Amino acid sequence: MSQWVIFDLFGFPYRTVLMKTNGRRYCQKPFKCEELERLVVKKSDNYVRQRGKYGAAMPFGNTHNQMKMNYSSDQEYPDLSKHNNHMAKILTPAMYERLRSKQTPSGFTLDDVIQTGVDNPGHPFIMTVGCVAGDEETYEVFKELLDPVIEDRHGGYKPADKHKTDLNPDNLKGGDDLDPNYVLSSRVRTGRSIRGFCLPPHCSRGERRMVEKLSNEALDSLTGDLKGKYYALKNMTDAEQQQLIDDHFLFDKPVSPLLLASGMARDWPDARGIWHNDNKTFLVWVNEEDHLRVISMQKGGNMKEVFNRFCTGLTKIESLFKEKGHEFMWNEHLGYVLTCPSNLGTGLRAGVHMKLPNMSKHAKFEEVLKRLRLQKRGTGGVDTAAVGGVFDISNADRLGFSEVELVQMVVDGVKLLTEMEKRLEKGQSIDDLMPAQK
Amino acid sequence: MPFGNTHNNFKLNYSVEEEFPDLSKHNNHMAKILTKELYGKMRDKQTPTGFTLDDVIQTGVDNPGHPFIMTVGCVAGDEESYEVFKDLFDPVISDRHGGYKPTDKHKTDLNFENLKGGDDLDPNYVLSSRVRTGRSIKGYSLPPHNSRGERRCIEKLAVEALASLDGEFKGKYYPLRSMTDAEQEQLISDHFLFDKPVSPLLTCAGMARDWPDGRGIWHNDNKTFLVWVNEEDHLRVISMQKGGNMREVFRRFCVGLQKIEEIFKKHNHGFMWNEHLGYILTCPSNLGTGLRGGVHVKLPKLSTHPKFEEILTRLRLQKRGTGGVDTASVGGVFDISNADRLGSSEVDQVQLVVDGVKLMVEMEKKLEKGEAIDSMIPAQK
Repeated sequence: MSQWVIFDLFGFPYRTVLMKTNGRRYCQKPFKCEELERLVVKKSDNYVRQRGKYGAAMPFGNTHNQMKMNYSSDQEYPDLSKHNNHMAKILTPAMYERLRSKQTPSGFTLDDVIQTGVDNPGHPFIMTVGCVAGDEETYEVFKELLDPVIEDRHGGYKPADKHKTDLNPDNLKGGDDLDPNYVLSSRVRTGRSIRGFCLPPHCSRGERRMVEKLSNEALDSLTGDLKGKYYALKNMTDAEQQQLIDDHFLFDKPVSPLLLASGMARDWPDARGIWHNDNKTFLVWVNEEDHLRVISMQKGGNMKEVFNRFCTGLTKIESLFKEKGHEFMWNEHLGYVLTCPSNLGTGLRAGVHMKLPNMSKHAKFEEVLKRLRLQKRGTGGVDTAAVGGVFDISNADRLGFSEVELVQMVVDGVKLLTEMEKRLEKGQSIDDLMPAQK
Repeated sequence: MPFGNTHNNFKLNYSVEEEFPDLSKHNNHMAKILTKELYGKMRDKQTPTGFTLDDVIQTGVDNPGHPFIMTVGCVAGDEESYEVFKDLFDPVISDRHGGYKPTDKHKTDLNFENLKGGDDLDPNYVLSSRVRTGRSIKGYSLPPHNSRGERRCIEKLAVEALASLDGEFKGKYYPLRSMTDAEQEQLISDHFLFDKPVSPLLTCAGMARDWPDGRGIWHNDNKTFLVWVNEEDHLRVISMQKGGNMREVFRRFCVGLQKIEEIFKKHNHGFMWNEHLGYILTCPSNLGTGLRGGVHVKLPKLSTHPKFEEILTRLRLQKRGTGGVDTASVGGVFDISNADRLGSSEVDQVQLVVDGVKLMVEMEKKLEKGEAIDSMIPAQK
């Protein structure tokens, strides 16, 4: 018995199989691989010497579990009968059958993509996506599943659509005068992935550490009001930790099962860390849910300033990476490529913490948010509830709109919500303020 | 739940140094044994089902240590794991199982008549008695690694086998995913229900994937014999009842287990077993007999005695909280069970529990009267 590697026509390793030396495949039942006829089989020993684009030979199982393909698609298909997430709505048994033998060059399989959605049937507050990418190629290899998920999630975005990037803060109108009596803080975040490395659900320790190393090098060379320091999670002192908690900067090991079930918390806290500037208004999370999460924030309602800093910092970081020969994952269809399909495009969530005790109880609150293309969350983050009438209000869209457009929606929408809150405080009606669908 | 998605084809592009986990703050068996050299030697290996070294150790990397117990920090994904990764598992097994060597042979004895006594543990102190073990079905991957198809097959086989039991063993299967609220309430009151694991020791090994698919609980009508399907092992077999009649509990355990094994054998599915490691289970700590025989016993005085730990060690017993493996005790009631699994037989281990608990109850009674127990301290068994 020996291990053989099958290559596709581009020379990328596609899968490994165990074969008897006379060439007959060793399996209890032959497994179907529609592309097999087109593929060339080379013995893995030879491949070690060749050192192709993806490096040394991979004697790992190409599916998570070699026994899987011995079971029919029906036997392996997950029970999604109690599920309510995007993946569960789209993944039919027939689709599962077509995709289950595939893998990306780094070895990410369909079951890897959907595990989080299988393990988390639904969520009380949000319609979850239920699938993740393990690398850039996931969105291509599993497009049959991910294209409809993306379309569902991003308002009908089609496989042929093009996404627009605009990180010019001068294009934002207003946004410097949100009422600080209501708007407690303003924040803009996005994520970036470094091309050539697997994403958090799938990356190895070596890859993760390299991402950390490259990030540190780039962040170290920032200057002026962006000058700052990196705090690695694994050797943070108690004092540093307390300070970061007080500043609301510290991220901890994820507890959300949405994240845990996808494998993002493996090897915690190895190669995770937080960088922030001395002014504490710009921070970067390394190796949390994405390679990088870039955050600009400050107290009060000056979203314009927050967005200025966000764009300036992000652009600088990108050019520092490029100088070292590393780019961010981006393409003209999906924009910036991130772990969760919900963050494709801009990956941008711009929002405020604001007091809406009256508005939030109004019968039309949800309708207003929807028309403004905004979303509410609790102040603890994505899957928490609101506390004390204070809500996290942010843009609902990520893909198909530029960064400037999304922040504009937040600025305009928050201004309107503040007006409405003030009216309701005085016992007045807000009917004439109801916006049209944006 | 985090699970080891370690099937990453790029791993070998990074050096051993770059991939070796940071175990500097760790205190589990795996972390004490896995050196960079060992990691380098085994990192490109896999079992026939595709289980790799990183899969084996992920739980130990993610869980540096535990306040109450020295954890193992590694799991098997299939029967072959113990062979392919023996360079890691053999020393872990030796450490965990009192110096058990790679050449040692394990003895199986499920003849309950060989147990002496055990029917008269004082029910004023011994609240309940229980014996459990695990069994793995040959030819299938283990819970950290099995696919949905495999897990469902195991469930199907288990249900068929259990459905053919009769007499005192006649019972019913309750699959987790279609349990009614009423059934769930009842199972909770009976202390039978197991839920989705929350212990990170288990979830980090991938055992909770696809929950609750393929999982369920079977128990007999008398509620004294139950089988968990696809929890931490393929099968967990449990015999239990209130009070101190451990002998009866062990009788039912042996009889039921052997009946189940016969039925599986008839269908050409043996249990994973070999003469070196005994019964093969997911966690190396459960190799051998996989047996944990224990009681919930009131020891409020003895447990605060300075020699309590020493006595337990000498009696080859272990204490746990009444919530299970990683909980604390409540109200002076302790879960006392055998510490050994491998290198002694089922009868040997239950005998230790019976004799040890008898002695500890005597000690508790003495302490209640304000008397000393120094003369009763046992020799090391």
